[in-house]
This record gives sequence, structure tokens and C-alpha cells, in this order.
Amino acid sequence: MALTGIFLILFLVVHVGLNACIWNATGENSDHGLMFNTAANFMGSMVVIRILEIGLFVFIFLHVIQGIMLVMYNKQKRNIGYSVPYGNRGSKWYSRSMGLLGTLILLFLILHWINFWVPSRFTGVNGVDGQPLEMELADGEKIHNLFALMQITFQNLWVVIIYVLGCISLAYHLLHGFNSAFRTLGVHNPKYMKLIQSIGYGFSIIVPFVFAMMPISFYLGWVS
Amino acid sequence: MEHYTMNLKLKIWRQANRDAKGAFRNYEVSGISSEMSFLEMIDVLNEKLIENGDDPVAFDHDCREGICGMCSMYINGRPHGPWEGTTTCQLHMRAFHDGDTIVIEPWRANSFPVIKDLVVDRSAFDRIIQAGGYISVNTGNAVDGNAIPIPKDKADASFAAAACIGCGACVAACKNSSAMLFLSAKVTHLALLPQGIPEHDSRVKDMVERMDKEGFGACSNTTACESVCPKEIKMTNIAYLNKEYLLATLNNK
Ligand code: HEM
Ligand code: SF4
Ligand code: FES
Repeated sequence: MALTGIFLILFLVVHVGLNACIWNATGENSDHGLMFNTAANFMGSMVVIRILEIGLFVFIFLHVIQGIMLVMYNKQKRNIGYSVPYGNRGSKWYSRSMGLLGTLILLFLILHWINFWVPSRFTGVNGVDGQPLEMELADGEKIHNLFALMQITFQNLWVVIIYVLGCISLAYHLLHGFNSAFRTLGVHNPKYMKLIQSIGYGFSIIVPFVFAMMPISFYLGWVS
Repeated sequence: MEHYTMNLKLKIWRQANRDAKGAFRNYEVSGISSEMSFLEMIDVLNEKLIENGDDPVAFDHDCREGICGMCSMYINGRPHGPWEGTTTCQLHMRAFHDGDTIVIEPWRANSFPVIKDLVVDRSAFDRIIQAGGYISVNTGNAVDGNAIPIPKDKADASFAAAACIGCGACVAACKNSSAMLFLSAKVTHLALLPQGIPEHDSRVKDMVERMDKEGFGACSNTTACESVCPKEIKMTNIAYLNKEYLLATLNNK
């Protein structure tokens, strides 16, 4: 859990950094997604990244399977429950709901893959009229205009709401997961634990917040 | 503190034996002194039950001074009741008020089967300790206590972990019924000391293996255990246990 979780956290760092390029498309000097599209194209065409992508899917798969097995294993350990639950007095609700939060993230991920990953890898990045969405670079090369695809996708308020809920689930999942992973790996020195805890809280709030601002920015027309 | 007496409603789990189907029964006790301990309050109830020819409520207890770890009771949704860092026997009735309803349940975990009423079988803990919670020494002459220098911070951390009384509240509070806090205390207090180092790899592996065999759940770091431990054993011990286990696995001993 800890190793796959930390790998996924590292992936998030790259993913959030790259996607933040969309905010180069704001106001008067908007590049209309050029920087974002170029970065996405660069990532998509590197062999190393393609290999890492396979690794990413393997890790998500392992993480999910291990998570489901863990939850099921622990469920069998108390056949008769308490009539008065201990509740939130000694632990956070999200620490006890990692399976649920993970499932919500997975549901969000499926929509996310259908929205962007499947078109960009397989079915083609097309507009509503079925015409390919492309962007021409200075040297004449035509690349996928994923920026335009985001613009279209995030016109739908429901999609935006589901993305924001997905990000909130991720935030809570990480609020527990980040620290938990390092405890699982045996970090016990109080100084390091404090540091990791602070970084963990910061990361868990900032990264999902930045992700959530992306669909919101498109929906409200802050980037164009 | 002002002394007062109170009348209470009790809702207690009654179960004739391991295989019987248990149920809650309601009782009332009156004239309970705020200076009584929680167990004395149950003694009052039991005397009344015995006078009426009823079966008294079975509960575990021994020292009644917070050191043996026998008095396992889940009181109003919290192992050992409302006070932090306190065993049930050290919980006093001034924690309650006149007219309160108190719900008392046994520890709930498949690894701690109910023997009768509030008494559970915690021999799983004994078997975990037997698997490695010791150091093997040839007992010759008594050695000089200061012959082996031990850094003060290590001695303190070891002593804090050794305070675990094996009560099982950590298992009772954990949503996974995990015994990691108990095991971490038992592993850490030895692993931190020079005398515990020679066997530390095999100890942690044997004890973890035994713990899994006994059917406790897997730790997911929710911290519920830490918040109920009457001896305030800390989660850092769990991190230390994880490190010990990881290194022992890598050393393949
Ligand atoms: C795809 C769906 C996901 C599911 C079903 C899922 C499920 C789980 C479960 C059940 C746990 C163990 C809970 C516990 O220890 O109490 C867990 C832990 C964790 N998850 Fe996820 N998760 C998912 C996605 C993610 C993602 C996207 C990330 C990171 C970006 C992540 C990071 C972590 C971390 C760091 C841990 C802590 C590991 C530990 O406790 O040692 N998870 N996850
Ligand atoms: S760690 Fe604390 S709660 Fe768990 S058995 Fe030891 S004393 Fe009891
Ligand atoms: S009876 Fe010994 S600790 Fe409570």
C-alpha cells in the first residue's frame, strides 16, 4: 500500500505541474493552450514516459487490489460489532474510510480516462463536430489540442461537479495516506515525522485544490 | 471535589458462555457514591443480583490499581470508559452523573472470544509474547546493573513501551481489530536495549507471524488505539515495529 501509494503521489506531482500550464492561457496574453499542449505532446512522445505510463497502470491496479483485499481482510475480524461505536473520538473519519474514498477516486478516474486518456491514445482528439482538434506549432507540426478538448469537456456542469468531488475524495485520501505510508515504511524519528506530517497536510490540500481549479477555470471561462 | 450520590441505569451485555447467544440486559443501581471506582459500582450491582438469586455479571479484574490489565470493559463506546490514560478499575464514578445510562460491552474481536458476560479470552496475547517477547539469557550470577551502558533516551523510550499491560483496549478500539499497538510495545521495549538486540530480527518476525495466525486485523494507522491506551503507548512504536520488521525481512533472518 505504502509503496504503491507513494508512487502515485509522485505521479500526482508531475501531473499537477504539467496541467498547471493551462493557466498560461489567461487574460490578454493567452497562449490558447500552446504551452500546455506542447508539454502534453512532449510527455506523450517520450518512450520513457510511455513505459512509466504502463508502470502507473500496474501500480494503480496493485494499489486497488491490495486496498480491496485489506478492507475485506479487516472486515472479517469482528463478527459482532459494538452497540455504541467509538466513532470520531479517537480517529478521523477519513482514516477509517480509505476504502470508500479510494473507490470514489477510482470511479472518478474511470470518467477521467474516458474524457481524456482514451481519446488521446486511441479514438482521437475530436471536437463536437467530429473534426480532429489540432494545434499547429511554429515549425508546422500538428499536435493534439487537448486544451480545446478540456474546454469542451468542462462546459458540462455535471462533469465539473464530478471532478471537484473526485478532488475532494483525493484530498481526504491523501490526508490519511501520505502520513500513513511513511509510518508503514518505519519512519519513527520524531523530527522527521513532524516534517513529513507538515508536508503531507500541505500536499494533500494544495495538490487536489489546484486540480479542482482546472475544470472550474474552464467552466467559468478564466482560461480560453 | 464535591461528593455526591447517583442513581444509574445500566445496559450490560450478558452471555452465558462462549457459544451462547448474548444480549443486553437493563439494570438499575441507586445510591452510588461519586468516590467509588467503576468496578465497585458493578460490585454493588452484583451483590443485589446475588441477593435476588440472579446470576452476577462476570467481569475480569485482579489488581484494581491499573497495572494488571484485566479489567477490560467497553463503556459508553470507549474501551476503559471516558477518562484518558485510565484503566476501568481506576475510573471513578465521578465521571458520571445522576440519571446517566451506562452501556457496558465486552471487547469485540474474533481473536478475543467472550468467555462469559464481559470476560473475554485474551490468551492470544500470551501466545504472541511466547513467540518472541523475551530475551534468552543463561542466568548465572547477578550481573552489575551498570555493566552495560544504555543511553538515557533509549532507556526512557524502552521503559515507556514496557508500560503496556496487555489489556487489549487497542484491539477493542481498532476498526480492524489490529493488535499492532500491543505488539509494537512488546517488540520495541526489547529492541531498544542492548540485551534485546541479538534476537531482534527473529523476534519481530516470529511475533508478527503469531499475531497474524491469531487472527488480528492489519493495521491501517487510524490512531484509535493510541487514544484509548491506558498506558499511553504511542503510535511511534508502530513505526519502529515496521522498521524492525522491514529490516528483518531484508536481512532474511
Ligand atoms: C484508484 C483508486 C484507489 C483506491 C481504491 C485506493 C484505496 C486505498 C486503500 C484501501 C488504502 C489503505 C487504507 C488504509 O491504510 O487505511 C489506501 C492507502 C493509500 N492510498 Fe489509495 N486508493 C486509490 C487511489 C489512490 C491514489 C490515486 C493515491 C495517490 C495519489 C493513493 C494513495 C494512497 C496512500 C499514500 C495510501 C497509504 C498507504 C499506507 O497506509 O501505508 N491512493 N488506498
Ligand atoms: S498497548 Fe495500551 S491498550 Fe494495547 S494492550 Fe498495551 S496497555 Fe493495553
Ligand atoms: S484490575 Fe488490574 S488494571 Fe484494572
